Amino acid sequence: MKTTPAVGTPLSRIEGKQKVTGTARYAADYNVPGLLHGYVVNSPITKGRIVQVDTIPALAVEGVVEVLTHKNRPGLAWFDLQYTDMDAPPGTVFKPLHNADILYNGQPVALVVATSFETARYAATLIRFVWEEEPFDTCLQNHPEKARPAKKGFATALRPPPPKPTGNFEAAFANAAFTVDADYRHSTEHHNPIELFATTTIYEGNGKLTIYDKTQGTINNQLFVANVFGLHYKNVQVLAPFVGGAFGSGLRPQYQLFLCVMAALHLKRNVRVVLDRKQMFSLGHRPQSLQNLRFGADATGKLTAMSHLAVSETSQFEDYTEQVVAWSHKLYPAPNTLFDFKVVPLHLNTPIDMRAPGGCTGMHAIECAMDELAYRIGIDPLQLRLLNYSETDPSTGKPFTSKALKTCYLRAATQFDWFKRDGRPGVTTRGNKLVGYGMATGIWDAYQFPARVEAIITAEGKLVVHNATTDIGTGTLTVMTQIAADAMGLPVAAVTFEYGDSKKPFSMFQGGSAITASTGSAIMVTAEVLKKKLLKKAQSIPNSPLKNAGMEEVIFTNGTIRLRQTPRQAVSFKQIIAANNGKPIKTTRMGMPHAIKLRKYTKATHSACFVEVEVDKDLKTITVTRAITAVAAGKIINPKTARSQISGSMVWGISKALHEETILDEHLGKYINTNLGEYHIPVHADINTLEVIFAEEEDTLINELGSKGVGEIGLVAMPAAIANAVFHATGKRVNKLPIHFDELL
Amino acid sequence: MNNFTYTTAGSITAALQHTKRHPQAMYIAGGTNLLDLWKYNLLHPQTLVDLNGVPGYHTIEAKEGGGLQLGALVTNAATAYHPLIEQRYPLLSKAILAGASAQIRNMATNGGNLLQRTRCYYYYDGDVPCNKREPGTGCSAIKGYNRIHAILGASEHCIAVFPSDMCVALAALEAVVQITGQQGKRSIPFADFHRLPGNAPEKDNALQAGDIITSIDLPAKEFAHHYSYLKLRDRHSYAFALVSVATALELEGNEIKEARIALGGVAHKPWRIPEAEQLLQGKPATAESFAQAADKLLEGAQGYPHNQFKIELAKKAIIRNGLMALHPETQLPGAQPSA
Ligand SMILES: Cc1cc2nc3c(=O)[nH]c(=O)nc-3n(C[C@H](O)[C@H](O)[C@H](O)COP(=O)(O)OP(=O)(O)OC[C@H]3O[C@@H](n4cnc5c(N)ncnc54)[C@H](O)[C@@H]3O)c2cc1C
Repeated sequence: MKTTPAVGTPLSRIEGKQKVTGTARYAADYNVPGLLHGYVVNSPITKGRIVQVDTIPALAVEGVVEVLTHKNRPGLAWFDLQYTDMDAPPGTVFKPLHNADILYNGQPVALVVATSFETARYAATLIRFVWEEEPFDTCLQNHPEKARPAKKGFATALRPPPPKPTGNFEAAFANAAFTVDADYRHSTEHHNPIELFATTTIYEGNGKLTIYDKTQGTINNQLFVANVFGLHYKNVQVLAPFVGGAFGSGLRPQYQLFLCVMAALHLKRNVRVVLDRKQMFSLGHRPQSLQNLRFGADATGKLTAMSHLAVSETSQFEDYTEQVVAWSHKLYPAPNTLFDFKVVPLHLNTPIDMRAPGGCTGMHAIECAMDELAYRIGIDPLQLRLLNYSETDPSTGKPFTSKALKTCYLRAATQFDWFKRDGRPGVTTRGNKLVGYGMATGIWDAYQFPARVEAIITAEGKLVVHNATTDIGTGTLTVMTQIAADAMGLPVAAVTFEYGDSKKPFSMFQGGSAITASTGSAIMVTAEVLKKKLLKKAQSIPNSPLKNAGMEEVIFTNGTIRLRQTPRQAVSFKQIIAANNGKPIKTTRMGMPHAIKLRKYTKATHSACFVEVEVDKDLKTITVTRAITAVAAGKIINPKTARSQISGSMVWGISKALHEETILDEHLGKYINTNLGEYHIPVHADINTLEVIFAEEEDTLINELGSKGVGEIGLVAMPAAIANAVFHATGKRVNKLPIHFDELL
Repeated sequence: MNNFTYTTAGSITAALQHTKRHPQAMYIAGGTNLLDLWKYNLLHPQTLVDLNGVPGYHTIEAKEGGGLQLGALVTNAATAYHPLIEQRYPLLSKAILAGASAQIRNMATNGGNLLQRTRCYYYYDGDVPCNKREPGTGCSAIKGYNRIHAILGASEHCIAVFPSDMCVALAALEAVVQITGQQGKRSIPFADFHRLPGNAPEKDNALQAGDIITSIDLPAKEFAHHYSYLKLRDRHSYAFALVSVATALELEGNEIKEARIALGGVAHKPWRIPEAEQLLQGKPATAESFAQAADKLLEGAQGYPHNQFKIELAKKAIIRNGLMALHPETQLPGAQPSA
């Protein structure tokens, strides 16, 4: 009679059928009466100003309703603060159509509103601008002298500045028995989720708006809209029931939201704005970066000195930062360290978090340097990691809440047959191919944000759970349903999770692999209170068999409360609600990170990745023929959705290592391969065997669930493992990403 | 996208009359290139003349005395999988299947394939200088990012490459393009169909206004036994060639009787040098022989900052593909290097 636990089972996505049959509706899929369509015009210049704008030819097109530019836009909130969002870096937020100034190429400069998308797009080509161009700078390499520490601000909480030096790095490095000194360079990447950024604003009248938006944070965007347009919070509802991927690009309100709402309020009409693929390259991006690593080890291979210096681009108006450099010291003990992170402001849009921001940048360099060091010393690369393994966090001396990295290394290595590898570079062959095996370590934060959850037992004895979070395609709906089902002792079929709506109780944006831990823990906390309420009500039923039972004497299973000792004695949820005159019983609670308790610990997820590549002997074309990633991320709530997260990010790892790059033309100050034909991500032919191992940790400290989140960790180790495998195959180190095969010629 | 009128032409004559009356008209076949350029605001057809309804050019027919006639309106997919092509001109089949994606090949036509425009980034961006798009504005690629650009036959006005895979095989097979224009019918040998940029990079080929490609004729020489198409690119499918090679050989034992080699991704047209092929005549089919031909083919090659590698890559590719042509069964999907 006991409900089988749902957590830990590979439940298929609850909304899967809707997605594959096309009935799931995304932000641009809401067709409301009288809908107008907006098309954005973007700046073709990189820096300067709009001297003149003539919208008359555009307005003359039949079907065009309005053209909004900086000249005629409605008055808006005055203070920068009101434009800010939960993820805004320190600086001055960009305000679309604010004035004539052009801060970056692709900046939105006008919105054409018409009765059809095509009419708006056509009319957009007729607007005549006169530009005044000024010299600009978009090249990171050219300006090391402009690098400066980033400003600190609200968002710095999640991205602490580089740690202070320890010991005496320069002396230790000079005296090290073995050293590596290498430079690494990363190109720009744009998120490019398949779903284009889009907003449909329904003008309800009386200052009320219902907004379907592509976002990773419904409440973040609700607050933004209310603040900027001076609306009452409760009159702005932001809905995002389905999100077709975002990868960080939806962490901040994007300009199509602003323009769409502006047009709807101005025209008092329903308006939709959809970006096209080219415009997706005008949103934030993963920044270009330059890194220098110097690692030194003693004669036995123990690290004695680690220096990691990184320089990254930011815009002229905000200081975007990510945590690139701190990671090596969370993995490897070294008494002498030197870390620095600086930004160079360029005439580009502000970067924005992209899956494993900073982590996959820094760890690529760190793990390639470790590989190079292993070869200098003449020991196996895995051996070097094990030799420098630390059970506690070397940077603070604190214990981890859990750390099964060693299990990851060993299980993945065994499954991969790593120990049979001939370590010499360039000697293993298979027909026309050089074969290479490489490995790398991954580490990522285990965040938890505050979240609020409402849980209701309905007249039918079913559970409805509410939270404002989105499901960006990760499986949040399914996972939360599983957690809630187990927490209340109900089968999954009796649980509904309602989400993707700013009217629901609070959730932060869905980022940092944190939502399972955040909303999931809040569900656990809320369920505990709800269970007490139910028991209390059950006890009030005349002759209740549970009359004198305490919480520890009962179990909640299959929609009933039973006595642990004599399970036949039970009261069903339905009976309880009946006793409550048919009124649902509900409760709302906040789930909070155990900040004080956790101050004594370091929280992190870990991974180990092993990769096989084939490189053509003559032509040097590269194929990742096999990859295994073992992940330690606490308890795995749903092995199926978790596996998809890891294998999906392994594909991204292949992309980052070998394909993905937004090409920046420095003379023109703009990105040039702005479509999915030329912005290369892997296709099926590039993906071979991907294996995922979960080294489950029993983590009783981290949160109520014991779960750490798997959205990003799968990406962190892949690029370095691939680069190391390419080295093993060819004897050549290519320290820039992506690696182009011709660099091996 | 501008408003436009749309007509389906019922015959070649009707189509020609239409373009005569409306010089702003454009033909559309599969639309896979035309629509992209239109949506990017680079083309603005006022009238669209749909050729798909014109009867007589939707089949592949064997010709008397050998050879095949490929209708201009047959799709790339139907051509690649046609039994006559698979059996008799497998080089063409392989080259087509190395291009684009299954979905695009299902729409793309043989006539359209010959007329696709370059994939130069700067050509596709209406806001930057490009002599091919707007003569006289300058070439952004020469001082810009030129990884995908030409190493052979380029000019100071344009270093774009012609991106087709199919046409590389057609060049090697010495196909002939059949055209009907305002002045009647004519045929153009493949080597003369596409042109080098010179000082008129806006012109890709020898067609004149209103001309319609009706078919592409394959001569009797099929090279069905020793052939290979090799395509090198930044991912294993759905990317244009950085360098591609079509090789067709006629052998007697290990001796080369006749050789054809065409390169893709390196010039404004499929690149063939008859002298390089003659060098191979009577030579053993070995890496050394192919290396000599490679040197000849790449004579005068000039790289730019980001595509210097193409020169060496092309040479290596010619050698490897020569060897692959000896064993066509070793070819992998997507025209990857043999295992
Ligand atoms: C993302 C992407 C990737 C691609 N990758 C590759 C690749 O790897 N390799 C490759 O070879 N190709 C590739 N292609 C290009 C594709 O092969 C061409 O777009 C296609 O062959 C064009 O044929 P179509 O019938 O669609 O031409 P359309 O777009 O209909 O027409 C193209 C041009 O030809 C004219 N035209 C068409 N038919 C005739 C005719 N019979 N007579 C006179 N004029 C005519 C039209 O007016 C137009 O100017 C790719 C395309 C895309 C979009």
